[in-house]
Amino acid sequence: MVLVLVDHDHGQLDELSLQAVTYGRELAASTGEPLDALVVGADGRSVAGALGEHGVTTVHVAVHEGLTDYAPLAWARAASEVATRTGASVVLATGSPRGNEVLAHLGALTDLPVAADCVEVTPGSPTKVVRARWGGSLMEEANLHGSPALVSLVPHTIVADPGGSASGDVAEFTPTFSDADLLVIAKPAAAAEESSGVSLADAKVIISGGRGVGSAEGFAPLEELAELLGGTIGCSRVVTGNGWRPHTEQVGQTGTKVAPDLYIACGISGATQHIAGCRNAKTMIVINTDPEAAIMGYADYAIIGDIGKVLPAIIEETRKAKAG
Amino acid sequence: MDVLVCIKRVPLSGGKFTITEDGLDIETAKLGFTISPHEEVAVEEAVRIVEQHGGSVTVLTLGPAEAEEQIREQMAIGADRGILIETDSQEWDPQATATAIAEAITEDETDFDLVIMGNESADASGYQVGIRVAHKLGRPIVTGVKAMTVEADKATFERPVKTGRELYEVSLPAVVTVLDGLNIPRYPSVPGRIRAKKKPIERRNPERPESRLVKTRLEVPVTESKQAQVLGSGPEAAPAIVEIFKQIGVI
Ligand SMILES: Cc1cc2nc3c(=O)[nH]c(=O)nc-3n(C[C@H](O)[C@H](O)[C@H](O)COP(=O)(O)OP(=O)(O)OC[C@H]3O[C@@H](n4cnc5c(N)ncnc54)[C@H](O)[C@@H]3O)c2cc1C
Ligand SMILES: Nc1ncnc2c1ncn2[C@@H]1O[C@H](COP(=O)(O)O)[C@@H](O)[C@H]1O
Repeated sequence: MVLVLVDHDHGQLDELSLQAVTYGRELAASTGEPLDALVVGADGRSVAGALGEHGVTTVHVAVHEGLTDYAPLAWARAASEVATRTGASVVLATGSPRGNEVLAHLGALTDLPVAADCVEVTPGSPTKVVRARWGGSLMEEANLHGSPALVSLVPHTIVADPGGSASGDVAEFTPTFSDADLLVIAKPAAAAEESSGVSLADAKVIISGGRGVGSAEGFAPLEELAELLGGTIGCSRVVTGNGWRPHTEQVGQTGTKVAPDLYIACGISGATQHIAGCRNAKTMIVINTDPEAAIMGYADYAIIGDIGKVLPAIIEETRKAKAG
Repeated sequence: MDVLVCIKRVPLSGGKFTITEDGLDIETAKLGFTISPHEEVAVEEAVRIVEQHGGSVTVLTLGPAEAEEQIREQMAIGADRGILIETDSQEWDPQATATAIAEAITEDETDFDLVIMGNESADASGYQVGIRVAHKLGRPIVTGVKAMTVEADKATFERPVKTGRELYEVSLPAVVTVLDGLNIPRYPSVPGRIRAKKKPIERRNPERPESRLVKTRLEVPVTESKQAQVLGSGPEAAPAIVEIFKQIGVI
């Protein structure tokens, strides 16, 4: 049996979980096993129907009075119980912060190896996986020894697609917890300040600045162009490290991963760790004084020149074009 | 307050990674080495906690003898002592790494109130060593933290989520994994670098257990290797750029 750990927000199914279910269905078909899902919390009953449409035979719903908010260790304990009871051969989670966290707890509880951020899983002994390293700058082929195989799937590896119509039977159970399992529980808090604009991750146009911008003030023309194009500001880690911009704007392996229609990289050299965050831009334009900068190898168009001279000209030309 | 921070020596690539002939490693002959930004902010936070509460900061790494360089760098910004779990040059899988780290922590004479780790390592990105160490120590763990307040016997951790943020309150001792953006790490000072040379590093040499997640090949993903079309070398290229804006429909 292939068991997928499904995340939901008070009964609202999470898109990445549906991707994992879709992938899990393919795995189950390849090994000729049924596909099951685990949902934690009483709200889980309400998503069983939708999971059936995605090919899930049995939806295990863990219900416990201590389980209203997210509790990573308790979720893993419930997963461990179901995996043992059903003899799962693969446990698949989403490669999201929660998915990877619960899976790591499950690995620790069962003393089994875990392969996080996979793009390909071939069950067997050992299970073969292809997984992302360095934020996706490198791919690793690896053998995972142990059963069940504990794996998570990189977000957007596959498109979620309702395909198998399985029964989606609900099997409710009360997991057995110790006090320690419920020590760490999330208390949801509202965002400190609701940001008004589009989030960086969803932006269609990003004007991004690196060390070459020179200072916090140097971002003024980038902001002006962003305003004209209905875009938002991104930056490199050198910029956040210097305190020129907040970390919420950092693009890259340890920042945000973006996929805009247009990414303009101003004074950014193109380190692999920065590219890890913007390689999915549809069009990339570079403004850089160095024709040899690594970022040239990832961009569509480039101007070899000083931002201080080039940006004002682009702003003026854009104004003209918009006016007339 | 005694704080331990786990850091990992990793190569720092400029533009692209090159893979060694056997397909198993990154070609590092021309590369420098560093640690993950997640771990840089972890050390900075530990130093701040000790500046506020008193105590000590220890940095621990499992890696080759050369990883002493990464320990000394973090000593230059304020760590007091180091633990180097020396390995052969082979990669240790997450379970082996966590076991060795937990053993070193248990056997150390200091009872650490807080262990801080990165949310994921820069190179392997396994998302698990911190959680495995917490289980072995029997301590609570919170992961993916971007803000924290530490008091004498408890800590509050904040983690960003799509809908805002989550708060976690745990009593110490505990383990926490953190994210870049938690703080802005300071640069080492010259006196800091000089002091770092004399600080103590304790070495350990455990046997490597059998790997259960075994790397068989590394590969640079096949992204269409592009070469940017150069539109000009100054302001005169602006009209061509605006032409592209029109083509792709952003104006
Ligand atoms: C594990 C790890 C994770 C990391 N995560 C991230 C991450 O998430 N995001 C990130 O960005 N970095 C990350 N980094 C850091 C990364 O390795 C680079 O150090 C960083 O991206 C470099 O930033 P930069 O391009 O702004 O600066 P530099 O590399 O210094 O490049 C500056 C560029 O500006 C150009 N320039 C200078 N003056 C001008 C001018 N007047 N006009 C035009 N061009 C000019 C130069 O030619 C150069 O190409 C990470 C590093 C590690 C080790
Ligand atoms: N070899 C190592 N030495 C010291 N700490 C490590 C090592 N490997 C992982 N860690 C710690 O565990 C965190 C998560 O690593 P990982 O599970 O590989 O993503 C890292 O950010 C480090 O804090």
